[in-house]
Amino acid sequence: MTQAALPQSTVRKSWWRRNQIAITPYLFLAPGVLFFAVYVIIPIFQSFGISLQDWDGLGQPTYVGFENYRELGNDPAFYTSLKNNVWWLLLYLLAIPAGLGIALFLNQTVTGIRIYKSLFFFPFVISQVVVGLVFTWFYDPAFGLLNVMLGWFGAGPINVLGDPRYVTFGIILAGLWPQTAYCMILYLTGLNAVNPEQIEAGRLDNAKGWRMLWHIVLPQLKPATFIAFVVTIIGALRSFDLISIMTQGGPFGSSRVLSFYMFEVALSEYGFRMGYGAAIAVVLFLIMLCFIAYFLFSMYREERR
Amino acid sequence: MFPTPIEKQPRAAQLTYQAFLPLALLLWLLPLIAVMIFSIKPGADFGNANYWGWPSSFEGFTNYGKVFLESQMPRYLLNSVLITVPTVIGCIALSAMTGFALGIYRFRANLWIFFMFVAGNFVPFQILMVPVRDLTLDLGLYNTKTGLVLFHIAFQTGFCTLFMRNFIRQLPFELIEAARVEGVAEWRIFWFVVLPLMKPALAALSVLVFTFIWNDYFWAVVLTQGAESQPVTAGITSFNAQYRAAYHLMSAGSIVAALPPVAMFFLMQKHFIAGLTLGAVK
Repeated sequence: MTQAALPQSTVRKSWWRRNQIAITPYLFLAPGVLFFAVYVIIPIFQSFGISLQDWDGLGQPTYVGFENYRELGNDPAFYTSLKNNVWWLLLYLLAIPAGLGIALFLNQTVTGIRIYKSLFFFPFVISQVVVGLVFTWFYDPAFGLLNVMLGWFGAGPINVLGDPRYVTFGIILAGLWPQTAYCMILYLTGLNAVNPEQIEAGRLDNAKGWRMLWHIVLPQLKPATFIAFVVTIIGALRSFDLISIMTQGGPFGSSRVLSFYMFEVALSEYGFRMGYGAAIAVVLFLIMLCFIAYFLFSMYREERR
Repeated sequence: MFPTPIEKQPRAAQLTYQAFLPLALLLWLLPLIAVMIFSIKPGADFGNANYWGWPSSFEGFTNYGKVFLESQMPRYLLNSVLITVPTVIGCIALSAMTGFALGIYRFRANLWIFFMFVAGNFVPFQILMVPVRDLTLDLGLYNTKTGLVLFHIAFQTGFCTLFMRNFIRQLPFELIEAARVEGVAEWRIFWFVVLPLMKPALAALSVLVFTFIWNDYFWAVVLTQGAESQPVTAGITSFNAQYRAAYHLMSAGSIVAALPPVAMFFLMQKHFIAGLTLGAVK
């Protein structure tokens, strides 16, 4: 009995043994890949499909070809959003030098510096919704601290969020607050790892201040700068929460960005135009794709080394 | 060390630095401090336009008491917990497995699958919005916490896989080879050899994902509607609508909503920062 059963089981076992290493990774990947495919990868392609349709989200979609994109070309709100997105991208990058500046300022070893570092990092941990509320009150023309302070210098009052000229910059400034904190922490960690021997060598060669920073410290901070760049670009293109909380895209739609305009078109009281919304999302995605390609290319080069 | 340590500078510079530090912090946190002051003022102060003067009475307990007892806030907070905790567990579990598979094994699709996770992680939410909302509706999960959790798990798995895989790559591979020579099954290697070594990564990711999900607003608005399923980030807007112009209550509510990730951060600071720097800055 046992003899009859044994060989069979060893055969099965050895098949599994032989192929175990080849099969295991796929088994481990299966649930994660499945989830990710269903909720992330496939929807990207579905969005491309929906952008070619006229659809209210409930009834039958009708195929309209590139009609949505043609409409985008003549939509002034789309150009306003695009222009604001460019501002976001450019100005948000200020978080990188600002973060580096604060990191350099805090990279000391006086008593209590750890608490200072944590408290400077604070804004990043708070949700953007709360950051938005905090800054809305900060800018408030009636009682906001900003106008109180401007009053000391005899200026103002300015209604930052009510003025189409300033509104986008006001929101970007609010966004820079947590983003700078993020970049700061990246650089603080990076500065910890800077090679002290090279610094000393630089000192012996009489390098000081800016020259030391530029020629010796910054090259060693390259990995931190790369991550700071990646997260800042993504953050800039994802800006939605702040706009939604602070202005709802107003006044007169002047603070919209693509991500907010898309939401407005597809899911707000203006009507459920899923196809048109998807077309805006596709444009945003294509902008992002340039950066994603660059990030992946950089990572690929690192992998090859 | 760069910049030059302050101890090596003249005494005057040291004192200036010491004095400047709290001042800079005060300036940096000014908008937040303002909200904290608002949250302990009585409502009457706002009527009398006493915005920045000394509070006419300390009403911290009254204001925060109202937030907890007379509004939907506790419910939103509970929703947030019920959304955040399962998401953290789910995506840590999934990404420990994917990270293990991509970090340990060599197979042809390895780098492609890895890049798929990384790329998907960078995608703007809006391109997913319409199809994911539609899928959630079809599954009958619209306006439920489960619907939100499932999406969050899937999306965060991208970021977590990136992190886990890089972490596992840095583990000594000899350990795994030694286990294989001993004839240990692969899943046992995962469970008994690799997983215990991944504790720092698991901790870092848990804290980080907790914060991300707690602070999520976009998906909360897209996938949920009412007090029965909305997390606190979305709830705060209806809370504010309820207490329009009652700045003392809105401030107190905002602080309550912001507090859990802040507490998490201060408790698990080391892990949090290790997570943020992605392990790329060693």
